[in-house]
Amino acid sequence: MNFYAIRSIYIFEMARTWRTLMQSIASPILSTSLYFVVFGAAIGSRVGDIEGVSYGAFIVPGLVMLTIMSESISNASFGIYLPKFTGTIYEVLSAPVSYIEVLIGYVGAAATKSIVLGTLILATARLFVPYSILHPFWMAGFLLLTAVSFCLFGFIIGIWADGFQKLQMVPLMIVTPLTFLGGSFYSIYMLPPIWQKITLFNPVVYLISGFRWSLYGVSDVNVAVSLGMTLLFLAVCIAVVWWIFKTGYRLKS
Amino acid sequence: MNAIISVKNLSKIYASGFQALRNIDLDIRRGEIFALLGPNGAGKTTLINIICGIVNPSGGTVLADGHDIIRDYRAARSKIGLVPQELTTDVFETVRDTMNFSRGLFGKPPDPVYIEKVLGDLSLMDKADTKIQALSGGMKRRVLIAKALSHEPNILFLDEPTAGVDVELRRDMWEMVRGMRENGVTIILTTHYIEEAELIADRIGIINKGEIILVEDKTALMRKLGKRQLKLYLQNPISSIPGGLNGLDLELSKDGSELVYTFDVHGEETGIASLLKRLNEHGIDYRDIHSSESSLEEIFVSLVSEKR
Repeated sequence: MNFYAIRSIYIFEMARTWRTLMQSIASPILSTSLYFVVFGAAIGSRVGDIEGVSYGAFIVPGLVMLTIMSESISNASFGIYLPKFTGTIYEVLSAPVSYIEVLIGYVGAAATKSIVLGTLILATARLFVPYSILHPFWMAGFLLLTAVSFCLFGFIIGIWADGFQKLQMVPLMIVTPLTFLGGSFYSIYMLPPIWQKITLFNPVVYLISGFRWSLYGVSDVNVAVSLGMTLLFLAVCIAVVWWIFKTGYRLKS
Repeated sequence: MNAIISVKNLSKIYASGFQALRNIDLDIRRGEIFALLGPNGAGKTTLINIICGIVNPSGGTVLADGHDIIRDYRAARSKIGLVPQELTTDVFETVRDTMNFSRGLFGKPPDPVYIEKVLGDLSLMDKADTKIQALSGGMKRRVLIAKALSHEPNILFLDEPTAGVDVELRRDMWEMVRGMRENGVTIILTTHYIEEAELIADRIGIINKGEIILVEDKTALMRKLGKRQLKLYLQNPISSIPGGLNGLDLELSKDGSELVYTFDVHGEETGIASLLKRLNEHGIDYRDIHSSESSLEEIFVSLVSEKR
């Protein structure tokens, strides 16, 4: 194991985060706060409790997950796309590193940032709505799993993308709709029966449901199913990344 | 034979179907400066990129310091430093940070003293904490070299290192390259400036259309293929070469005022003395004589065009 390489990539990527602290940290917090003001305070006061949880508190896990997913994808995809774009990737390709090490470095740094952000948003939410955390251990677990899975997903997008447009297309066209329709702002039981079934094909439903369970003990789907689906998503991403490095897809000719 | 890099039967066909390398065999000797010459698109960069692990070979093997570059890539790559042709640098990072990154990436523990030394050797000390985007092209080239050296490689690839580099940096660079060879580093460079290869290389390889045409000691190559020319500036123009001078490789300029005699450097005798004597006999006077050696460039051009 080339630990110095992992350390180097991690430090290098984290340095990028600190350099862009305002846009990395401040803007997600600001936009989440706006969600709380609009949905939590203004509209939420007219909406009744959902499964015994006030609407303001109900959307907290959804909003945290929304941020973690979108930030994970954008960080991780940009982190690997940038060296590809500038050409500095040659150094990583010519270094005595295995794909696992490259992955731990890039994805580790992106996931760290996402988790810090998620935690900050949880803390910010406390300013708007009172909530408690029922299963802190599971909460941390879901946070970590989601961050890592979506960073891997972002990493794949970053390698696949051959232009800035593609880099933004997947998060915008696929991930945002899936998160909005994944129960961030509602329980899927509020949907008509047919949509309840369709919604179960959306992997984000399981992530948000599991995370919400770890806070309030209420969930749309069984927590074991949530955990299983999250792990499955993680496994699929790892498999794709393994294939990318094995074949050199979009990295080596 | 003490080869530090041993390329056997290496070929590369890109996905587009373009065959960049055809069954290349090449041995680089430990501690030498090897210059790889060839026209654009000859396969120089492909060859380097395969050895460094950036491009996958289609067939053949490469050993770097005894380690297979694919099966034993960690050991092989940790020996190698690469300065790419393009100025591909980070933008927002400082010179020192980017060097520390390179060193770590190649599995070496941090060593601020060594990094400081490389910065000094490349006259980058006063730019150490400057962001790379603020540097000039020549400075960025130095940064790329500094990055390649930051993990103390014993094989260094310089792919067109002097492209777009000013005279001063070029001189510094060659001085540094010679210094590194003295410390036991093997250097493989490609260049368009043939006079540079002539100036610095121990051995020269010529590659054209994906094939190694020739590998020779530089001096042997110069001797073997080098021709010398003696140019005589005549006092009075002549209309044709007198019949008595037949059998000598002579050429008359159009206006009849210059006579060019070509001869082999390592022939039994140059024939100059007899030429001058015979010119005298024919009453041809000359006011000046100029002798020149053919450069590597001429050798190169004649070799490459021969193969076409």
